[in-house]
Amino acid sequence: MEKGHYRKMDKAVQTVETVAIRFAGDSGDGMQLTGTQFSDTTALAGNDLATFPDFPAEIRAPAGSLAGVSGFQINFSSVAVHTPGDQPDVLVAMNPAALRVNLPDLRHGGILIANSEQFTKKNLKRAGYEANPLEDGTLKNYRVFSADITGMTLKSIEELRLNTRAAVRCKNFFALGLVYWLYNRDMAHTEGWINNKFKEPLLAQANLRALRAGYNFGETTEMFEQHYEVQRAQIEPGVYRSITGNEALGLGFLAAAELSGLGLFLGSYPITPASDILHFLARHKGLGVRTFQAEDEIAAACAAIGAAYAGGLALTTTSGPGLALKAEAIGLAHILEVPLVIVDVQRGGPSTGLPTKTEQADLMQALFGRNGEAPVPVVAPQSAGDCFYTAIEACRIAIRYMTPVLLLSDGYIANSSEPWPIPDMSKIPPIDVQFRTDPEGYMPYQRDKRGARPWAIPGVPGLEHRIGGLEKEDLTGDISYDPQNHERMVKLRSEKVMNVAADLPPTEVFGDESGTLVVGWGSTFGAIRAGVQQMRARGHKIAHVHLRHLHPFKRDLSDVIGRYERVLVPELNNGQLVKLLRSAFLVDAVSLPKIEGQPYKEREIVEALATHLEAN
Amino acid sequence: MAHSVYPAVTHTDPSGQTKKDFASDVDPRWCPGCGDYSILAQVQKVLPGLGIPKENYVFVSGIGCSSRFPYYMDTYGIHSIHGRGPAFATGIKSQRPDLSVWLITGDGDGLSIGGNHFIHLMRRNVDVNVLLFNNRIYGLTKGQYSPTSQLGTKAKSTPMGSIDYPLDPIHVALGAGATFVARTLDTHLKHLPEILKRGAEHKGTSFIEIYQNCPIFNDGEFVQLTDKTRREDTTLELEHGKPMRFGKQREKGIVLDGSLNPQVVDVAEVGEDRLMVFDETNEMCSLVVSRLTGPDVPTPIGVMRAVERPTYEHLLNEQLTTAGHAAGKGVQDLLNQGKWVVT
Repeated sequence: MEKGHYRKMDKAVQTVETVAIRFAGDSGDGMQLTGTQFSDTTALAGNDLATFPDFPAEIRAPAGSLAGVSGFQINFSSVAVHTPGDQPDVLVAMNPAALRVNLPDLRHGGILIANSEQFTKKNLKRAGYEANPLEDGTLKNYRVFSADITGMTLKSIEELRLNTRAAVRCKNFFALGLVYWLYNRDMAHTEGWINNKFKEPLLAQANLRALRAGYNFGETTEMFEQHYEVQRAQIEPGVYRSITGNEALGLGFLAAAELSGLGLFLGSYPITPASDILHFLARHKGLGVRTFQAEDEIAAACAAIGAAYAGGLALTTTSGPGLALKAEAIGLAHILEVPLVIVDVQRGGPSTGLPTKTEQADLMQALFGRNGEAPVPVVAPQSAGDCFYTAIEACRIAIRYMTPVLLLSDGYIANSSEPWPIPDMSKIPPIDVQFRTDPEGYMPYQRDKRGARPWAIPGVPGLEHRIGGLEKEDLTGDISYDPQNHERMVKLRSEKVMNVAADLPPTEVFGDESGTLVVGWGSTFGAIRAGVQQMRARGHKIAHVHLRHLHPFKRDLSDVIGRYERVLVPELNNGQLVKLLRSAFLVDAVSLPKIEGQPYKEREIVEALATHLEAN
Repeated sequence: MAHSVYPAVTHTDPSGQTKKDFASDVDPRWCPGCGDYSILAQVQKVLPGLGIPKENYVFVSGIGCSSRFPYYMDTYGIHSIHGRGPAFATGIKSQRPDLSVWLITGDGDGLSIGGNHFIHLMRRNVDVNVLLFNNRIYGLTKGQYSPTSQLGTKAKSTPMGSIDYPLDPIHVALGAGATFVARTLDTHLKHLPEILKRGAEHKGTSFIEIYQNCPIFNDGEFVQLTDKTRREDTTLELEHGKPMRFGKQREKGIVLDGSLNPQVVDVAEVGEDRLMVFDETNEMCSLVVSRLTGPDVPTPIGVMRAVERPTYEHLLNEQLTTAGHAAGKGVQDLLNQGKWVVT
């Protein structure tokens, strides 16, 4: 069959506003790929969307096991969406384990598409089912479409004579084709992707055929009486692309290098969920980025500090356990006063914790996890696309204030994607860099009006100087054990970091000017904003402030918080920001914690807010 | 498109540099009689003659007595954190291959807390000159045994004697694939500067172990090697392509027995052509020499291995060129990938 020629569609099409679909299967079933393809196609169709990949830490847990279930959820709509959706309307379950893990989330009355071929005695037992749920009536609250996806895939490509293993692997494209039909989507993007991806023509052919077979199955089978359509969203005109948080961070750092004219250096050690930033930057050496996969987390940070001393725009990327290992190096960067950006893509902790799950529990570590008095500016992006701008801002602060800056992303925004208006580089202000060149009167620790010392790099005659981790004499930087000098230096370094707040715009407040204030930070933005909107619709006086700057806080935050009777702080931890707010502003802020390794859902935010606002 | 903000500088003419130019105005604070003084003086003597402008030198160190070294050099320098010096040096050299980077470390800093970074620096062959001051004791923390202390060393933390076998830095360096490995002595004022110069000229990691006396906590550890009346009998100066001879009259030599064990022989007895001929480019040769230890054999000093291999920073920067760096592509092109237009 030629590209673009499908059987005539004559089934009814129903228009719906918002749909959440979850693709779930074994970790080897290609569910992340299937979800990504559906997302990209959906973005091209003009919907607003948000995605949430949720996969196990094991690369290949035993086939058919509950531990090996990998899922990808996409929420798409003709109106604005803030989150990947609370309850999926459609669940694609490629095996019994995927069904068992994900069924509790499926909306009552929702569509379940199951690959019946996998519902064997053995697989059912592995998933803990006594009987086949597709047959015993336990799924009566759902609209069940059970089909032999594997068998139909094999049949669609039998004349290509692929070996069985390779042929079976095409079944995710059959499922994707079926869901494309169900939501009336154009398959051109995925077809192009397949042709590009599979260098082996036979494999490309097989996957294309499976995709189209799935689509045609939807059209011809009597199981589906109708399919659905989600109209284009009212999206601001412009040029868009799809972006994940980790990609946006990588692009942001490349942009910062270009805006500053500095050579980018990344020292990193592989760790989930931060490794993709290393992968991304390693692919773009053509833009002058030097990536260094170090022997460990400590070396990664130390090499970056070395590169910074030598005049590079230096960066180290990690997750929580790696940040713990880098602590001493970050303290050194603080006392040396060199620019450095440390990215912590947070995951569930403590220790190894939940490597592939999300959490916001490194806030205290970021602020205080070093020996001695070693404050550093801490910033956090609120969405995948926002990672780009936060990366640039972190670099700008690091260079302007000659300080290490910590950027706290998390596993959720690192991997989730959204349509993103592509920035125009020519409209982003350049990052000003002034290397010291004049030897006349040069003192390594003489400060400018912001408190920053000069950046003097090796190779410049007359500026030879030594810096180190020992306490320094004010101005000269010579070693000093003088008691008064130490106190002065600790305060000078701390004040310099506090000065970062001088450049920041006023706090943005969404909602009412009095009543209840919900304060969040990082990746919970979408869920909190949506929840606050719902509570306002119910008539509550409520507002939302989302903090990008965790240290220092914006200078007007105290006044803003003071305007409200009640302050609620939802976080994906056991109450960390709430402690900072209580201590900084003497406010009786209340914590709304969630510590499940999963993002906040809109419904959970609403319920948590309602508990406080609608009690008695 | 990227603009450059790096300063355009006119470099100092290195031909006019003297030893004095490399001494900072900070007085060294090592103990009287410490071997570090001698090493500092020799480094300051050698650097002016290497043809490198003073501003292009960077001295990096970790923590320990030896790691105070950068403060006494009037060059660029970082006194970093314990054991991590190799990582700082790697970052500096990767970003700026034009700089001459020197790493000063000790047996604790380099082989204990920093052992991991030490081996990875050498396997990558980053063009850094590593001077490991080996005094077989912890000085700055006041006298605990180190990973190179002899078995049974009685120190503050081992009152009944140490029970772990020492590490041989030369062997570790060879095992890590170092392209330049040498050993010298703190007070051998003829040998030390020669080795420093050869190390500096080598492209790639140059590892130089310097036996260094700690007069406070481990005095006399190397006296049998440094004592001028004895050192010709107790040390063997390696010379590339020459038969291995030593002794006051160069009367003794090394032969390999049938099991490749080095044996000390009387040259007059066996004849010079039976002696092992040292080849610094031959790995087996280097390994055999590195195992010459013990009371019955001389301690080899000099260059134990010198081979050429592309450096890490060269390969890294070559990849940037291959990937099309400076080909005019900018971040906007990358941002635009996969774009669609909403009207």
